[in-house]
Amino acid sequence: MSRRGSYGVGARIGWLEWLPWVAALAVFIALPQYLPLGARILVYILFALSLDLILGYAGIITLGHSAFFGLGAYVAGILGAKLGITDPLLQMAAAAAAAALLGVVTGTVILRTKGLTLLMLTLAITTILLEVANKATGLTGGADGLSGIVVAPIFGQFRFDMFGKTAYLYCLLALFAGWWVTRRIVYSPFGTSLVGIRENAVRMHAVGAPVYFRLVAVYTISATMAGCAGALLTQTNQFVGLNVLSFEFAGELLVMLVLGGVGRIYGAFAGPLVYMIAQDQLAKQFPEYWYFGIGLLLVAVVMFARGGLLGILDLAVSRMRRASP
Amino acid sequence: MSPVLETRQLCKKFGALTVAENIDFRLEAGERRALIGPNGAGKTTFVNMLTGRIVPSSGRIFLGGDDVTEQAQAARVKRGLGRTFQINTLFRDLTVLDNVALGIAERRGVAGRLWRPASAYDEVRAESEVLLAALDLAVDAGSRVLDLPYGKQRLVEIAIALGLKPRVLLLDEPAAGVPSVESGRILQALDSLPGDIAILIIEHDMDVVFRFAHRITVMVQGEVLVEGTPDEIAGDRRVHQVYLGESRRD
Repeated sequence: MSRRGSYGVGARIGWLEWLPWVAALAVFIALPQYLPLGARILVYILFALSLDLILGYAGIITLGHSAFFGLGAYVAGILGAKLGITDPLLQMAAAAAAAALLGVVTGTVILRTKGLTLLMLTLAITTILLEVANKATGLTGGADGLSGIVVAPIFGQFRFDMFGKTAYLYCLLALFAGWWVTRRIVYSPFGTSLVGIRENAVRMHAVGAPVYFRLVAVYTISATMAGCAGALLTQTNQFVGLNVLSFEFAGELLVMLVLGGVGRIYGAFAGPLVYMIAQDQLAKQFPEYWYFGIGLLLVAVVMFARGGLLGILDLAVSRMRRASP
Repeated sequence: MSPVLETRQLCKKFGALTVAENIDFRLEAGERRALIGPNGAGKTTFVNMLTGRIVPSSGRIFLGGDDVTEQAQAARVKRGLGRTFQINTLFRDLTVLDNVALGIAERRGVAGRLWRPASAYDEVRAESEVLLAALDLAVDAGSRVLDLPYGKQRLVEIAIALGLKPRVLLLDEPAAGVPSVESGRILQALDSLPGDIAILIIEHDMDVVFRFAHRITVMVQGEVLVEGTPDEIAGDRRVHQVYLGESRRD
């Protein structure tokens, strides 16, 4: 079901909502060989969650969300590789702050526009950042990428090991925090007003809502989360490439979210999970044609399930309910 | 006593086209006023200027004696200006209760809060339910607006505006497009609106206008043609010529 705040319906966490966390812990215990892939999926889920907040709830359409992810990734990387700041939480805080600053500055400008203009402006921002990162080779490594990133043990205790155990749990905790914050926002009066803005901005103006400020606020929150996701990727890979700022990456994220289901919170979980597992398996089976399989999957979802994978699930559940006496 | 709503020499031009010209208008507290005129007379443009949706080319707007011409829509709403729309402008995918609660939460200053769930704001829900009950919409509180018949959707329009507890309410064709079987409920709702609210109603249905309004303002081609009591307007020859046709209303 689509999840959103309501003045009439409670916001208690249902048992099904614990399922992803139980599954994630089960993977940690039962499938240790997949932890590096699992950590990457968790990072992408956090990133998709940040996009869902603005696209699914506030209706802000963007093709440049990778700007915040990429900035967070580079800030964490530069701190660890060039400035000797190796504490992972400090790196994460700096990445979040930088992404938040970029979010509030760019949001203040671009959220005065909408539609195609807004789409182009979001694209322009990430393209500018990509070019800056490409040219600032001394700082970012340019096209070769930024390597030699040092990440100290978390709390001085938990070292990032070669099997990816620490990284997986670290990403899982970060995602849990992101999910908790997102859920609170979505169910709050603020989140409910965002849905109002998405549904009918004209009416929200007419009831006295400061529409523009709310949009800038949620855009900044979302940018902060995306920056954290970027920092996580840097810390778990200890490498940053230019692709984190690319338009293709932003597009890929959008595809993942659409695949899972927009404006549902858990669509941001299902989309990256299915997309990346499919990518992993298809790339092994058909190294040259794996994108074809992803394309087919997306076409099927767009044609037959506009609500994404969770939309299909919704449909199935409601049919079963109707069928049962 | 100063009027609750006043305009002075209000003009709006779109390039060479003048859609409102030197409109001087006063609405007193508790007054029931109708704004009528043929299609294209500039009525909705006038309302949109009052609410701040359209910026006037010149002239001033006063709300409760204060100049609000430069103020944004949200600021005017907070000063007590509510409106409904000619075409339903609702949150179609949300429940009737949430449609009303969104406005009430804004008025109460809780809509921007981030931490507690919306459902924990019992006072917002309770006020919404009372308002819906007053408009016979209580049974539909949990229904999505898009699942309601059109007449009830028009009532939700009014409910949202009333939730703002306005001092001035602008009703843009509240009964437009409503089948006659359902329009009675809307008229009943209009009759039961609190007496202290000043109401400006734009309406083409003359039965509604003459039943509801204490005074009537007639607009033609962006200008105020005449203003008076229903009897004065009914007897005004210019109104018959430009708006009602030559046949007199008995």
